[in-house]
Amino acid sequence: MLPAGVLLLLFLTYPLGLGIWLGFTDTKIGRGGAWIGLENYQFLWSDSVTRLALFNTLFYTFIASVVKFVLGLWLAILLNERLPLKTFFRSVILLPYIVPTALSAIAFWWIYDSQFSIISWALVKMGLIDHYIDFLGDPWNARISTIVANIWRGVPFVAITLLAGLQTISPSLYEAGAIDGASGWQRFRFITLPLLTPIIAVVMTFSVLFTFTDFQLIYVLTRGGPLNATHLMATLSFQRAISGGALGEGAAIAVAMVPFLLAAILFSYFGLQRRAWQQGGSDK
Amino acid sequence: MSSKNDDTDTQGISYLTSLPRRVVTVYVPLAIFVFVLLFPFYWMVITSLKPDNELLSRDGNPFWVIHPTLAHFNKLLFHTSYPAWLWNTVIVTVVATFVSLLCSVLAAYAIERLRFRGARQIGLSIFLAYLVPPSILFIPLASIVFQLGLFDTRWALILTYPTFLIPFSTWLLMGYFRSIPFELEECALIDGATRLEILWKIVLPLSVPGLISAGIFAFTLSWNEFIYALTFISSSEVKTVPVGVVTELVEGDVYHWGALMAGALFGSLPVAVIYSFFVEYYVSGLTGAVKE
Repeated sequence: MLPAGVLLLLFLTYPLGLGIWLGFTDTKIGRGGAWIGLENYQFLWSDSVTRLALFNTLFYTFIASVVKFVLGLWLAILLNERLPLKTFFRSVILLPYIVPTALSAIAFWWIYDSQFSIISWALVKMGLIDHYIDFLGDPWNARISTIVANIWRGVPFVAITLLAGLQTISPSLYEAGAIDGASGWQRFRFITLPLLTPIIAVVMTFSVLFTFTDFQLIYVLTRGGPLNATHLMATLSFQRAISGGALGEGAAIAVAMVPFLLAAILFSYFGLQRRAWQQGGSDK
Repeated sequence: MSSKNDDTDTQGISYLTSLPRRVVTVYVPLAIFVFVLLFPFYWMVITSLKPDNELLSRDGNPFWVIHPTLAHFNKLLFHTSYPAWLWNTVIVTVVATFVSLLCSVLAAYAIERLRFRGARQIGLSIFLAYLVPPSILFIPLASIVFQLGLFDTRWALILTYPTFLIPFSTWLLMGYFRSIPFELEECALIDGATRLEILWKIVLPLSVPGLISAGIFAFTLSWNEFIYALTFISSSEVKTVPVGVVTELVEGDVYHWGALMAGALFGSLPVAVIYSFFVEYYVSGLTGAVKE
């Protein structure tokens, strides 16, 4: 207990406090800062790049999470079918999730290359487009491209955890539903979804949380460009604090993420409560 | 494991669905999923084996290699600092994983079995600690690392990685310890065993699967870690693989795609191999931790 406690206090609780404190100072790298109150936050609120980053983060999180949920649920349902080589599929599908994001992002970087993109190549050969797409050079293309890469990485996690949830649903419920004349969609809507809701809540909280604070993918693919179009709060915070040296300002950006995260955590907490309640237990 | 059902079929009534229908509703979508999820890996392999002239030509079939070459791997392993990065990653990952597991075992056991006031709250706060993302902590941690004089050393990473490893493994192990019958320990207590003896001789042997899951998670999480390694390390010799590949192989105007892909592939292999040996533990750990 003690070693864990010491490590966590020294490297987790203390930094969290320090981070919040730094947000109220004008600390630069190599020089201590003075207390300046809310000045960082006032500046950031009037800063167009920060606002753009906030918009990007919300957009990125929203679209990526929704698509991850839909595709993940679909994949989970497919994997829950009677299939040959089921275990094999299940393990292979998690690969994008376990491989270091920075490294798979490099693969995407190459796939999105403006001159040698395999996607452009295929589309040109099929006669669908006549010039290569500039995936990462155009603001909206870049936003969509980074979101696609994020979805690629996140779907396996959603799918595997939802699959675990699906497997706890008893087949006899579906049989009963079928005998009562429920259609496939009705069985999904009135049996699968309600029983899956608690785990969906938790999985999606995780998914939202990690999408919202994503850093690696953007850093590798675009470094926030073009024209700050793909900056997320995390990458902007890194750029201001480490590359730019304005530790205080960067910390303020990072702290500004906390309210959103708290909302997600509260959501998760009530999700967990509800689950314990649904199963008739009070083990939480 | 045993129940195999979905929205349209159950094991009992699935024979009602005809084969052509299953092909369209199940096999085709699944094949597309697998293709999309695995294509980037295939593309990495192919790119890393292609000679430069094939790589930069738009003619021919890019999906295949005509003259495979190991030149990119040769360049990577003998003309860059890649081996050093690999070595750093191994050291940092192994030590951080070991330290975290040790701490987590003690912490999880204490929370689950030593009945003291506030154990539940500590358990919950461990869970919340896991939810604090690195992208919020890296700035203050950077300033701490600097003050401790650890900047640009492996210690910076070894000591900071447990901040996200301990909460996660503790949470996992708490669930695991809870499943071990309490009576076993009571018997041992009556026979005069100390708490540490119980932990070492009874609890740990019984929780080997849990330890394996926690270990694999700690391993993959620290192998994948990026933002701390990017922030706390500046010299090439101390970098880890993900950061080294991204910051050193990418600099400049000419991208060495072949070497880049070789680096990405080679850096992914260790986690992929470890993962493939312990898939079941990984999956059960993943789903267990979320469901807890």
